Amino acid sequence: MPAVSKGDGMRGLAVFISDIRNCKSKEAEIKRINKELANIRSKFKGDKALDGYSKKKYVCKLLFIFLLGHDIDFGHMEAVNLLSSNRYTEKQIGYLFISVLVNSNSELIRLINNAIKNDLASRNPTFMGLALHCIANVGSREMAEAFAGEIPRILVAGDTMDSVKQSAALCLLRLYRTSPDLVPMGDWTSRVVHLLNDQHLGVVTAATSLITTLAQKNPEEFKTSVSLAVSRLSRIVTSASTDLQDYTYYFVPAPWLSVKLLRLLQCYPPPEDPAVRGRLTECLEAILNKAQEPPKSKKVQHSNAKNAVLFEAISLVIHHDSEPNLLVRACNQLGQFLQHRETNLRYLALESMCTLASSEFSHEAVKAHIETVINALKTERDVSVRQRAVDLLYAMCDRSNAQQIVAEMLSYLETADYSIREEIVLKVAILAEKYAVDYTWYVDTILNLIRIAGDYVSEEVWYRVIQIVINRDDVQGYAAKTVFEALQASACHENLVKVGGYILGEFGNLIAGDPRSSPLTQFHLLHSKFHLCSVPTRALLLSTYIKFVNLFPEVKGTIQDVLRSDSQLKNADVELQQRAVEYLRLSTVASTDILATVLEEMPPFPERESSILAKLKKKKGPSTVTDLEEAKRERSADVNGGPEPAPSTPSPSADLLGLGAAPPVPAGPPPSSGGLLVDVFSDSPSASASCPRGASLSPECVPARRQPVSIPVAPHPAGPAPWTPLTHTLFLVPRFVCKNNGVLFENQLLQIGLKSEFRQNLGRMFIFYGNKTSTQFLNFTPTLICSDDLQANILGPVTKPVDPAVDGGAQVQQAVNIECVSDFTEAPVLNIQFRYGGTFQNVSVKLPITLNKFFQPTEMASQDFFQRWKQLSNPQQEVQSIFKAKHPMDTEVTKAKIIGFGSALLEEVDPNPANFVGAGIIHTRTAQIGCLLRLEPNLQAQMYRLTLRTSRETVSQRLCELLSEQF
Amino acid sequence: IRFILIQNRAGKTRLAKWYMQFDDDEKQKLIEEVHAVVTVRDAKHTNFVEFRNFKIIYRRYAGLYFCICVDVNDNNLAYLEAIHNFVEVLNEYFHNVCELDLVFNFYKVYTVVDEMFLAGEIRETSQTKVLKQLLMLQSLE
Repeated sequence: MPAVSKGDGMRGLAVFISDIRNCKSKEAEIKRINKELANIRSKFKGDKALDGYSKKKYVCKLLFIFLLGHDIDFGHMEAVNLLSSNRYTEKQIGYLFISVLVNSNSELIRLINNAIKNDLASRNPTFMGLALHCIANVGSREMAEAFAGEIPRILVAGDTMDSVKQSAALCLLRLYRTSPDLVPMGDWTSRVVHLLNDQHLGVVTAATSLITTLAQKNPEEFKTSVSLAVSRLSRIVTSASTDLQDYTYYFVPAPWLSVKLLRLLQCYPPPEDPAVRGRLTECLEAILNKAQEPPKSKKVQHSNAKNAVLFEAISLVIHHDSEPNLLVRACNQLGQFLQHRETNLRYLALESMCTLASSEFSHEAVKAHIETVINALKTERDVSVRQRAVDLLYAMCDRSNAQQIVAEMLSYLETADYSIREEIVLKVAILAEKYAVDYTWYVDTILNLIRIAGDYVSEEVWYRVIQIVINRDDVQGYAAKTVFEALQASACHENLVKVGGYILGEFGNLIAGDPRSSPLTQFHLLHSKFHLCSVPTRALLLSTYIKFVNLFPEVKGTIQDVLRSDSQLKNADVELQQRAVEYLRLSTVASTDILATVLEEMPPFPERESSILAKLKKKKGPSTVTDLEEAKRERSADVNGGPEPAPSTPSPSADLLGLGAAPPVPAGPPPSSGGLLVDVFSDSPSASASCPRGASLSPECVPARRQPVSIPVAPHPAGPAPWTPLTHTLFLVPRFVCKNNGVLFENQLLQIGLKSEFRQNLGRMFIFYGNKTSTQFLNFTPTLICSDDLQANILGPVTKPVDPAVDGGAQVQQAVNIECVSDFTEAPVLNIQFRYGGTFQNVSVKLPITLNKFFQPTEMASQDFFQRWKQLSNPQQEVQSIFKAKHPMDTEVTKAKIIGFGSALLEEVDPNPANFVGAGIIHTRTAQIGCLLRLEPNLQAQMYRLTLRTSRETVSQRLCELLSEQF
Repeated sequence: IRFILIQNRAGKTRLAKWYMQFDDDEKQKLIEEVHAVVTVRDAKHTNFVEFRNFKIIYRRYAGLYFCICVDVNDNNLAYLEAIHNFVEVLNEYFHNVCELDLVFNFYKVYTVVDEMFLAGEIRETSQTKVLKQLLMLQSLE
């Protein structure tokens, strides 16, 4: 027991710790602790005043007991008393106790702050250090309020000791992180920047962290730090290894400080001053050169420290992305690491190369390492390294190597760890789509995906393959043939049955000429899987069957027999039963013509962002999915001064459907588990108002495009509803509350698309009118109708008139400018009148300009949230709604909706992780209204409770109405 | 740095230093999760593990795991060596440090940590400077 034998500790404490260690059981330990607690309590309550040593010893014991995991409910006062001791050891234990057991008891906080204040003023560097460390460790708002003004003074005062400066810098950093509003910028900021020149490298190390954080938020104010950081870095890099003495670590001069300086520089673009820039380039080159020199030591510490600096330098080179020479050198260096015997280096090289791959200067250089990376995928023992290899393959993929990379990923998938399978599936699906030159290859790849990892193929993936097959008629026959063959396997994945069912239902006729895949064979093949499938798949297959009735009149009888069987007509599942009843009826009473109309082939899907990409982004966070094309486009946009967005034309990327500029999430309402007919009623008004052009086989497939067959359960089905020239859709389309782009309305003649953006209290909306017919529309006049009340609250909306003649197949656009003057509840109505083939058409839809569009998200920490929450406790400020879930209660979808709604989604704020909380500010011209929201799902009851608190009653009310419609 | 943990192989915590607000239950959960992800890894694995929205940089010394939780874009090797630097200081300060030293002198270990890391940042990296300061504090009563 070294501590005891050293004789500098507290003997009683050591004995107590020994006792605890000797306890044979948990019970014995608890008994011993309770005995000790009783003892300490009696000492603290006793008549005899305790001396400092005893107090320190008992407080320290309490601390030990707390750290063992037991609750401590006394001793705080004694600890606070220790703070005012003049002995370092007593003070230290007091501060430690306070730092570890922070208690928001206001009386104590006042006493603690008082003690800290005294110590800060003591001019004793040891005591000042203790006080600063305590503030830095606790970092509470109360402390920020008390000391945020004082600490900058200590930091820049000329007579402050170096070690105190170090502590003050980081203490201030902590306060700035927790309560940035309480840390006033001022004269001290420029003096802090000059700490980069300080002689004491410890001070520079601490100050660099502070400056980096401040510079991220206030880049302009800290701009001068760039040249100072460069010159400091240059002095370190070019120093002889003995110059920095204390700060040389295994022959590497000041590695941590170098890393910090390089990170600081990553807050800024490349320096404009050519001299500074040249000096920085020299530094970076020197760092890259050193990597090639023989090591000064064989110790891993030496190489780690050296490479820490190297990787940070490479990050900076990538961040600047302006020096092709350095980028390629970095890439070559990383290439060497890919084969290094240290797993750490291989891992980091893969990770770093991933970002290099997105630079156009180094993309080719990265590609040269493809074989090594593929090899890593096959041989690495650590799954996290293999994961990085997958990421890198994804990042380096382009048209030239897509086939190879996809093939390798597919073969890896067979043995891949379960934890990363879903992600690989998504990546393969995206690459296969993006770089498909030959769509048969694409279809094969996706079917392989389903075969190899069917369980990990999410709905997005199989929806997507169907969208693509439907939109590309050159691949339909091949797809039908391929799924037909794949379905021959005795055991095939249910996802394959879904894809197969859908595709054969649409395009089975394309292969029916071959006697080996005759209509009846197709039907029997599908039906042989029927009984093995889940209800949604069976529902889909029933729709396939009714489509077969239309495609192949010769199998009608067989299918009717199946539909008529008890297992269908009397199925316990109401959805299946209803489908069977309705389809049977439809097949009996409808004429061939009507059948052909109702069951027509699905129309092409509109262009939109791949939902798979959205899913991957959601999974990995948007910033981590490097979309090469987008990255390149962004860069060229920078160079050209930002081209106009071209919303309706397909983007230059090779995405089959064009990666539109639609927001990544949400991709529409969540797939409902309800079936086809249920959807007719629950779907958005625009869909039910429009006339079905073809029966969707799967209602779940691509929600925004759902136009399921609407067949009344009546003896004489009317077939498609007669088209009426006057269409009113005067409900707000709910999904547009949480998204800004998409198709707002569609009928046989006209499609109205929206693309809008909002910033603070201003907004701009582009409305696209598409003439779906081949005939010209005449007298085309869209009008915006606002009530007077609304007109006053949202200024504008100003619209520019459109050309009154819209050619067949053409699209015209109109821009609307909006300003939110004050909060509002109504939405403007868009009325469109035009003449089509002699009849006068009239369409009205509500434009989704809602109050929440003027949200700016606000991030805040848990304590801030609840503090503000409490401040808004006036009953008028709170509006609550308890309602039943209308959609499946999916956490990710809910999160996406809250973000789409405009507020920030605050993670780790609510003590109950199942709840969602959000915060944001509604911007109007006259006011900014802070809004807090909390959504508490109750999975058992399938209910939600939504609470809105804002400083204005009407705002709480309206936001609550809007948001509660979303779940 | 979000937190620093020193744990033994059995999962007993020898030091826990938090630079982020967590409630006690959450801290306990984190401690258990870190132990679970770190102890299953072998020597051929990297010293880095993805962990929730963060990553753990860790190094094993005899039966003790020294773990630092940092943001995903932080420099892995710099923190890996920061651990080693810290261990070398402990070793010097306690003259061949062992697990028991950390148990019996837990209150001193916190002082060492605060000298080297503060507010979740690296404060001082010079072993000479840190040890000088620690010895000075040791001499105070």
